[in-house]
Amino acid sequence: MNTDKQLLSKAKIVVVGNGMVGHHFVEEMAKNSDYQITVLSAESRLAYDRVHLSEYFGGKTAEDLAMTTPEHYDELGVTFKTNAKVTKIDKVAKCVTTESGATYHYDKLILATGSYPFVPPIPGKDQDHCLVYRTIDDLEDIANSAKVSKVGVVIGGGLLGLEAANAIKQLGLQTHVVEFAPQLMGVQIDGGGGRLLKSKIEELGVQVHTSKATNVIEKGDKCRYKLCFNDGSELETDLILFSAGIRPYDNLAREFDLAIGERGGIVVNNQCQTSDVDIYAIGECALWNNFIFGLVAPGYAMAKVAAKHIGGVTGTNGELAEFTGADMSTKLKLMGVEVGSIGDAHGKTEGSLTYTYENQPEGVYKKIVVSADKKTLLGAVLIGDTSDYDTLLQYMLNAIELPEAPEGLILPMAADKPTLGVDALPDTATICSCHNVTKGDIIAAIDCGAVDVGQVKSGTKAGSGCGGCAALVKSVADNEFEKRGLVVKKDICEHFAYSRRELFDIVSVEKIKTFDELLSSHGRGLGCEICKPVAASVLASVWNDYILKKPHLSLQDTNDTYLGNMQKDGTYSVVPRIAGGEITPDKLIVLGQVAKKYNLYTKITGGARVDLFGARVEQLPPIWKELIDAGFETGHAYGKSLRTVKSCVGSTWCRYGVQDSMSMAIDLEHRYKGLRAPHKIKFGVSGCTRECAEAQGKDIGIIATENGWNLFVGGNGGMKPRHGDLFATDLDDETLVKYIDRILMFYVQTGDRLQRTSVWLENLAGGLAYLQDVIMKDSLGITDALEEQMATIVGSYQCEWKTTLADPEALKRFQPFVNSDKGDSNIQFVTEREQIRPARDEEKIAVTIIDATEKEAVAEDA
Amino acid sequence: MTTTTNKTWRTICDSSDLVKDSGICALLADEAGNEEQIAIFHLPNSEEKIYAVGNYDPIGKANVLYRGIVGCIADEPVVASPLYKQHFSLKTGRCLQEEQSIAVYEIRIENEQVQVFY
Ligand SMILES: Cc1cc2nc3c(=O)[nH]c(=O)nc-3n(C[C@H](O)[C@H](O)[C@H](O)COP(=O)(O)OP(=O)(O)OC[C@H]3O[C@@H](n4cnc5c(N)ncnc54)[C@H](O)[C@@H]3O)c2cc1C
Ligand code: SF4
Repeated sequence: MNTDKQLLSKAKIVVVGNGMVGHHFVEEMAKNSDYQITVLSAESRLAYDRVHLSEYFGGKTAEDLAMTTPEHYDELGVTFKTNAKVTKIDKVAKCVTTESGATYHYDKLILATGSYPFVPPIPGKDQDHCLVYRTIDDLEDIANSAKVSKVGVVIGGGLLGLEAANAIKQLGLQTHVVEFAPQLMGVQIDGGGGRLLKSKIEELGVQVHTSKATNVIEKGDKCRYKLCFNDGSELETDLILFSAGIRPYDNLAREFDLAIGERGGIVVNNQCQTSDVDIYAIGECALWNNFIFGLVAPGYAMAKVAAKHIGGVTGTNGELAEFTGADMSTKLKLMGVEVGSIGDAHGKTEGSLTYTYENQPEGVYKKIVVSADKKTLLGAVLIGDTSDYDTLLQYMLNAIELPEAPEGLILPMAADKPTLGVDALPDTATICSCHNVTKGDIIAAIDCGAVDVGQVKSGTKAGSGCGGCAALVKSVADNEFEKRGLVVKKDICEHFAYSRRELFDIVSVEKIKTFDELLSSHGRGLGCEICKPVAASVLASVWNDYILKKPHLSLQDTNDTYLGNMQKDGTYSVVPRIAGGEITPDKLIVLGQVAKKYNLYTKITGGARVDLFGARVEQLPPIWKELIDAGFETGHAYGKSLRTVKSCVGSTWCRYGVQDSMSMAIDLEHRYKGLRAPHKIKFGVSGCTRECAEAQGKDIGIIATENGWNLFVGGNGGMKPRHGDLFATDLDDETLVKYIDRILMFYVQTGDRLQRTSVWLENLAGGLAYLQDVIMKDSLGITDALEEQMATIVGSYQCEWKTTLADPEALKRFQPFVNSDKGDSNIQFVTEREQIRPARDEEKIAVTIIDATEKEAVAEDA
Repeated sequence: MTTTTNKTWRTICDSSDLVKDSGICALLADEAGNEEQIAIFHLPNSEEKIYAVGNYDPIGKANVLYRGIVGCIADEPVVASPLYKQHFSLKTGRCLQEEQSIAVYEIRIENEQVQVFY
């Protein structure tokens, strides 16, 4: 058959290594269905995001970091083997052999074997608890070792070493960094920057030892080991992490006779071909122009070039795709210290001149390197403040002519600080270097119909690599939208040309107290089911009035009006609050008695409470009266507000608990009950890191530590599960509550309609770091106001059911008919597993329902 | 249902029973004992000010429309079903999103009495 023949004749591509670059190649190559791709991976799992590896210690799981799944590869038609290390290449027979002896034929072979951490030949380096930092398995080893260690040392003070130091510090170890050179991060930054970086990092409690070479690792006196340095000094430690640079995995090339560089690396040409034209090398194992690129973006560029070359894809004039080098500038945050390095950071270019600015009290160091004629920027170093990074990088990459006084670019108070508007960038300017997206690509995406930043991002992949360019992508896109007169629409509906956040500001600033006022001053028409509940929620957050007060009554969703969740048959559920899931036997009995008396379906929920289903509107008041008399209060299951605080028993009962999670959960639930928000809010509190309360899947997650509480924000279960981001560690009770007050209030004020905290956090420009600045460093100067607002809301809490029962006017709403005492005959139940459930259509006893067509017939008859 | 008796304006309730910008429900019964539920909405800022439609939501299949939020879509007064949020015109009964409609009744306020013609 035709298809079989095609299959047989498909050219075979074998990819050795499934790291970030190998995976990128697979995705690029799979777009072309003429090839049969086989992936051989030495690791036990498919490609994952190594760049964000450290987030594994911040709560991310291997699944979170995964860049693909077996199902995804199946879909692409890609065959793959894990734990399949290639040990042999036969260039003549064109096949490779793995450790287990399996042989694979290839037409084209791709080596994407990456690199491995270099461990200096120090005697004693091969013992237990001497580890490296490269793979998820490495991180698991580090975590296990940290459990039985108190002190940790990182050997190597480069970029990765500092990242590793941060990780072991987070694991609770007393942390040291040992560097052979006289300064930290010698590759990227200069001596001045290195000095400042060192002092900043030491402030954070990590000890830095520079100019120290380790001679031998011996058995320690106080700790497991002792490092003996060449200057005679010693350092005791339990765990040793080597981060002394990387070496390309070029062993296959060495053994099977492909050209390699003097100091390693598989030599490739501009098409990424090795000395054998059918074998390509890409990523960190490849040596181009005598240079190895230790970053992911150049690797991606190589992957694209190789895929194009194999597929015969050429440019419009038939030119071959080429790899022509890459920019190695980097911006990152190391232990909270901002560091940026651009181009020729050391000023090695002949005749280059430098400008330096240093502010010791603030901990800021900035240097730019310019050409002899002061016209072009060659490089820069930024420590402590990288806000100028994007601008400087664009000056360098696009050779934009510098202003008269280039120092203005880095001086904080320069009156006429030249700002490089995104308009000044040429279309060829690279905006996202990870995915090589230019300004032109972003404009093209908008030409093709992208109408918001989200669509630009998903269309171009910009911002989905390291994420460092997110702000720039947004301003380029926004600038383009603006030019086209496209207003970035955030209107909540046709009645208000405002977002929820803007309405919040309007209501608080103009002291608006009712929907009618808001509509007449800022809206049009009669409103609708979208803007009315938004206004209700905003009014409730700002003024915290009883939500069923006359002017607010018509704004509420039926759930809020009837203080229950409407079910499919028009009945409601009754959900009393059971704070932290703790309930006395007496109260439990009352729930049972009430459910029995009103014949309600009873279920225990995932939020550790009891839901009673099947209450008719007219039954709601008597049911709630009985519950309130027994000491219950409303559970707000109907509102966009705090639902539950799930908790384990913690140190009160559990053998492992380190804090009283139960009391904390109950206190928090009582503090925030009734708070109206853009969407529902869930909390979780666990008594130790075993995390039995699954707190990381909640909007606000709290996990006890020996020293206090770790706070996570933005977790979610449901449709789009997400682990919360670690926001702060080891907080005491008071600080914990203070931060939660601020975070929640900030969310209430700035969240969009129906936006859970997870999406809110992901959409905050600046993300987690920005939120941390706002909440912990008060970067917006609003924390006092946030706390005050929360205090007012906490202070004016009322149980809405209690208030309703005391108001005869409000109770009128619960009578089904204005002119009759009957009930709705269409609500019918049948029995299943000894409880009620709504009858299905075919089970119902006929009731007359006049639909429109019948009605017309009747009218005609009449 | 051809056993209709003579239609006439019948009083349902006092105008003080209406809830501004919201709905109430009434039970209509004819002499033959047939019952219908209607939803009555009071929108003082709209043209007609008062509307009556069937209370049965043909999409959600439950008697709930009077508990929906009212407003307007492109100047057409509507109620949004509290179950699945489709809009029904209060003037014509037509659903704006699906091929469905609900009955519409003539209604007026006469001497502070709310009256429906049925
Ligand atoms: C902690 C950390 C942080 C980093 N941060 C950044 C950053 O912020 N920005 C940045 O740009 N870069 C960063 N990097 C570097 C970046 O991760 C690498 O540039 C990138 O992963 C290189 O991709 P690769 O596919 O070439 O190699 P790798 O990701 O190393 O993948 C190579 C794969 O090949 C496998 N392999 C090797 N030999 C064989 C064989 N014989 N048979 C089969 N499989 C084999 C290896 O096991 C490995 O899985 C970071 C790296 C680390 C470790
Ligand atoms: S989280 Fe810790 S304290 Fe809580 S139940 Fe689990 S093991 Fe015990």
